[in-house]
Amino acid sequence: MLRYVAKRLLMAVFILWAVATIAFALTFLSGDPATLLIGDHWTTEQIDSFREQMGYDRPLLVQYGDYLKGIPKGDFGISVRQQVPVIQLIIQRLPATLELTAAALFLILFVSIPLGVLSAVKRNTPADRIAMSGALFAQSVPTFWLGIVLILVFGVWLRWLPVSGRGSFAHLLLPAITLATFSTARIARLVRSSMLDVLGQDFIRTARAKGLPEWRINYVHALRNALIPVITMLGIEIGSLLGGALITETVFAWPGIGRLTLQAIQARDLPLVQGVITFGALAFVVVNLLVDLSYSFIDPRIRNE
Amino acid sequence: MNELFFQMRKTPVAMVALVVLSGLVLLALLAPLFAPLDPNALDIRIRLSPPSWADGGTSTHLLGTDNVGRDVLSRIIYGARISLLVGVLTVLVGGVTGSLLGLIAGYFRGWVETVIMRLVDIQLAFPSILLAVAIMAIVGPSMINVIFVLSLATWAPFCRVARGQTLQVCNQEYITAARALGLKDLAIVARHVIPNIINPLIVVASFALATNIINEASLSFLGVGVPPDTPTWGGMLGEGRNYLRIAWWVSTLPGIALMLCVYSVNVLGDWLRDFYDPRLID
Repeated sequence: MLRYVAKRLLMAVFILWAVATIAFALTFLSGDPATLLIGDHWTTEQIDSFREQMGYDRPLLVQYGDYLKGIPKGDFGISVRQQVPVIQLIIQRLPATLELTAAALFLILFVSIPLGVLSAVKRNTPADRIAMSGALFAQSVPTFWLGIVLILVFGVWLRWLPVSGRGSFAHLLLPAITLATFSTARIARLVRSSMLDVLGQDFIRTARAKGLPEWRINYVHALRNALIPVITMLGIEIGSLLGGALITETVFAWPGIGRLTLQAIQARDLPLVQGVITFGALAFVVVNLLVDLSYSFIDPRIRNE
Repeated sequence: MNELFFQMRKTPVAMVALVVLSGLVLLALLAPLFAPLDPNALDIRIRLSPPSWADGGTSTHLLGTDNVGRDVLSRIIYGARISLLVGVLTVLVGGVTGSLLGLIAGYFRGWVETVIMRLVDIQLAFPSILLAVAIMAIVGPSMINVIFVLSLATWAPFCRVARGQTLQVCNQEYITAARALGLKDLAIVARHVIPNIINPLIVVASFALATNIINEASLSFLGVGVPPDTPTWGGMLGEGRNYLRIAWWVSTLPGIALMLCVYSVNVLGDWLRDFYDPRLID
């Protein structure tokens, strides 16, 4: 078990290093970030002294080393435009993104699992077909378009819900639905196929032979085993949620990290982009590490692989 | 191929999807013939005129005009070109690269395999759209850059599936037999491995196509994709969003085209998967 944990941990560190390196390389590919300020009412002397102050005049390898060393301490560099540490901006925006992601995750779990189980139990009935074509359809709806249509219908035409910003529960509703739809559809399809796999196994026949009620077989015996691949998928889904948050937060003017990223990109604040990307990778890698480890607790076979 | 069409006749949804997709391809190829007007012709006097069926709509602009008076229908028709072209090219570039690397990893094993599969892990460990947006921000919006960035985001799943399939195939006796007969590696791969691993890769390609069409639109929507003067579905949605309250048609109608396109691709992919291997999951 310890070996397994150590291996996963090493892998996580390796991936994080790779992403941080790519992010760093991208930032410094086009010269140093201070050149972006040219034309921003800065004199050459001011830019030079700024460059010196930020340390952009040092050898690239030294800067790279410092950047890597900073990450474990929560130092993700300094925003060029706002001249504050990236981590400070991230911490400001983090609660909004966490709120949105948690709400989306809640929706995903509470819609996709019952839907997938129902489809598997009632396989090849009209209910299953409708649910699964619905899921395939939902997977085909672009996130940003869904957001725009929801705004149009519930915000502009019906005037039931606010269409931008953060605050009340009502503000959260449309962005959460927008963010959750794609993953809900994908997970529902996965739950169905995973349930079908499990329902075909011997221990289900045994349970049935013991005379257990059908609901108990489906929801206790089968579902518990069917959820194992789903948990792995959920970890990966956090990645699409991060990407989806970029778009959803833009559409709904939600003041989270996704919007921060896009604003950084539009302002060409490359150190901020670099920091946010690295932070995103860190979050993603940590979540997946936890998922992997929990997975091995649920299913002992994984540990011995 | 014949069997493919015979099977498809039994699945009306897949037939409909094929017809819709073929229609879109035709529309894209012959856009100048189908588009009623020049997609880039501006006329600020008729900006934001509604579709013909709504109050104030005209028959010249069936689906209305956008914020600078360009014809929405013509732009949607031309937009099909970018979506399909970028989708197909990125799947080709990313798919072929990924599959070849997977094939190499699975066939030669050893340290080559380790290096390639670690690269896959890194690529899959990070949400591709986020990295794509960041790279686009730095290299700047252009069609070539979009194709490059999205190909980069595409190769990893192909590599993983190709390697898995190659490993399976190489355990078969006919590969041992081919080796015993003194066939060169290249001949074994070309004649015996590739034909046996291609079907699952086609399924992966269909889903990658759907994803990349959405991703291209997402990049253009965010303003970091194909340059804004080229009509794209994502770009139209992004521009039209600012006029949502007064002109709903500019940003919703291109989305319907996009959705129809992606849904058709997904339905066909789903059907292909069932056709080739009912047990192959994601």
